[in-house]
Amino acid sequence: MSGDANAANGAPVVLSNARIVDPARDLDAKGTVIIADGVIQAAGPDADGKAAPAGAEVIDCADKVVAPGLIDMRVFVGEPGAEHRETLRSASKAASVGGVTTLITMPDTDPVIDEPALVDYVLRRAHDTAIVRVHPAAALTKGLEGAEVTEIGLLKEAGAVAFTDGRHSIANTRVMQRLMTYANHFDALIMHHPQDVNLSEGGVMNMGETASRLGLMGIPVEAEIIMLERDLRLAAMTGGKYHAAQISCGESAEIVRAAKARGHRVTAGISINHLTLNENDIGPYRTFFKMSPPLKLEEDRRAMVEALRDGAIDVIVSSHDPQDVETKRHPFPEAADGAIGLETLLPAALRLVHSEYVPLITVLRAMTSRPAELLGLETGTLKPGAPADVILFDPDMPWVLSKEDIVSRSKNSPFEDARFQGKVLRTLVAGRTVHPYSVRPA
Amino acid sequence: MTAHITDNAASFPHRRLLGIEGLQPSEILTLLDLADQAVEVSRQIEKKKAVLRGRTQINLFFEASTRTQSSFELAGKRLGADVMNMSVASSSVKKGETLVDTAATLNAMHPDLLVVRHHAAGAVRLLADKVSCSVVNAGDGAHEHPTQALLDALTMRRHKGKIAGLTVAICGDIRHSRVARSNFLLLNALGARLRVISPPTLLPAAVDRLGVDVFTDMRTGLKDADIVMMLRLQRERMNGSFVPSVREYFRYWGLDAEKLSYAKEDALVMHPGPMNRGVEIGPEIADGPRSLIREQVEMGVAVRMAVLEALAAHLPNK
Repeated sequence: MSGDANAANGAPVVLSNARIVDPARDLDAKGTVIIADGVIQAAGPDADGKAAPAGAEVIDCADKVVAPGLIDMRVFVGEPGAEHRETLRSASKAASVGGVTTLITMPDTDPVIDEPALVDYVLRRAHDTAIVRVHPAAALTKGLEGAEVTEIGLLKEAGAVAFTDGRHSIANTRVMQRLMTYANHFDALIMHHPQDVNLSEGGVMNMGETASRLGLMGIPVEAEIIMLERDLRLAAMTGGKYHAAQISCGESAEIVRAAKARGHRVTAGISINHLTLNENDIGPYRTFFKMSPPLKLEEDRRAMVEALRDGAIDVIVSSHDPQDVETKRHPFPEAADGAIGLETLLPAALRLVHSEYVPLITVLRAMTSRPAELLGLETGTLKPGAPADVILFDPDMPWVLSKEDIVSRSKNSPFEDARFQGKVLRTLVAGRTVHPYSVRPA
Repeated sequence: MTAHITDNAASFPHRRLLGIEGLQPSEILTLLDLADQAVEVSRQIEKKKAVLRGRTQINLFFEASTRTQSSFELAGKRLGADVMNMSVASSSVKKGETLVDTAATLNAMHPDLLVVRHHAAGAVRLLADKVSCSVVNAGDGAHEHPTQALLDALTMRRHKGKIAGLTVAICGDIRHSRVARSNFLLLNALGARLRVISPPTLLPAAVDRLGVDVFTDMRTGLKDADIVMMLRLQRERMNGSFVPSVREYFRYWGLDAEKLSYAKEDALVMHPGPMNRGVEIGPEIADGPRSLIREQVEMGVAVRMAVLEALAAHLPNK
């Protein structure tokens, strides 16, 4: 286990014979990555001839892919308040298995992360227990109640990288307008879940034929479209930096495209679920496919893949949301929304490469350099001098996700028993291997 | 005669009835034929049969329903089963155990037949997947209510001879109605022409994809109908204001003699009950000569006897 000891010491690592994909530099080429002192020393074809640093572990990658570690902008954890579902540690372990080296945690905890001391708490707990990087997003409004703006300046100083009400939408237009205006002063990124509260009330899945057949109350796509249009108007009005946390239907992508064309500072994310699943997956009331926004039609899913391809969608997230039997094992209308996804983010995203011919670099960009740019992080690239958050993955390895193999403390995966092609072989954070070898004692 | 019925029952190849969906037309007809025979049994002085002797039937109702529950109770007792009624207030369930836990608890009591009503669509299926006995869906949310559709079809067939070719207009709160959904499936399977007539706010999304012609005007929709089926305006289910007032609803969508005159002269009127006279149906129609509403109640017991007997044919005998 010399690799383990070396990694603990932060010993140098050389990844040779790799297919290096670094979206930040538009690089997709064969080459070598040299890591020392927790930092990328060299990464690319130009590093091929360079001598390995003394004591380096040299790995022959055999043409497998080396890429920056993934940055997941939407992760729900149960700490503080619901540790039985997920802790920062358990989430970070699941992340390491999936090649996610940076988590942006949502403020929907108990208590809500809406003051600087709580941001500090999350950072300290993460420092002490997590094996990947954790950056908290703080609440936009106190208690996520959609009424009073939080201390955006102080929260940002404490380490909050973005501001969001998580699962909640801010219904009051004036509140939204004020906080976008205010946040602009601090150049703070606002991430909003765009869903009209009144139109979606009582709905449990996408409105349409399937919902009507199942006897389930539907949420019209207009719930998303109307809220998104409102938000983009406000972004234009205030000049604020606005990120739609998740969009899910073709028309939303059109709206974002148009706003970008007008030069507004708006971006959009999507969960991997909405890129790879559709409402038919719900089948006979499977609650693991119940999520917010609800899964849409196949034609919407295809439109979202196109939006990813053309850049209307900036970011892919897991929207990792651990739920247990007490919240999921209910009749469909009464079950909680949400699905875990840290471990399957990359394998599921590779479906877009294998089946929909989206270039690998495009898919990886949405999980590395784009989120880093939006959040102002120095990770998400293999540029020399960047922190060595690096993944090595086999883009073709076939495997099946069985429930027993799920690392996350909660098991509500919509991909249970799904077939994947592509698996993470190794994950490094700041030059240290965190998967498959855990550096810290369990 | 008993042996003959049991042969019929055995030709129904399911051990649970969660909905009309998934039933073949021939299987529906088998149940209707069995129910015709059960009507005869129920009209005798000696109403008791022995096909469910020694069997335990539990009626598990998460949503109150005097009519359906007593109908299932009577059906079970006429077939000789021991019937237990359990009414579970949904609030206490929410506080304590999950539905799946409830299923496990019940399963440990070894019932043979479980009759379940729940306020959430899909709940009966969830429960059925966790128990080893036969399960009958007595209504799950706005999804299905298969025995209601069967009793409606039985009533129609006894009066009109057959279902195929009948024009059936289902009127009222389609959006929240499991009765409507089960009837869409059953009547389409047997070849009826289906119409729905409803205020636009009470139509489900994409209703035209469900095999029905859609009307919002009663007079147009009722034209030449053979059967007019009124649905209860389920005010207690509505969390929004779907219609502005009862009087406006009755004016435009309530069934009165004038609107009924657009249907065929021999058109018959049905209602799954309980009725709101003066809301969706005028009293002169509800209690008039063309109303089959009382008879539907009688057919309800017969259909449930048929269903219980058909399912019981698949219960293990050891």
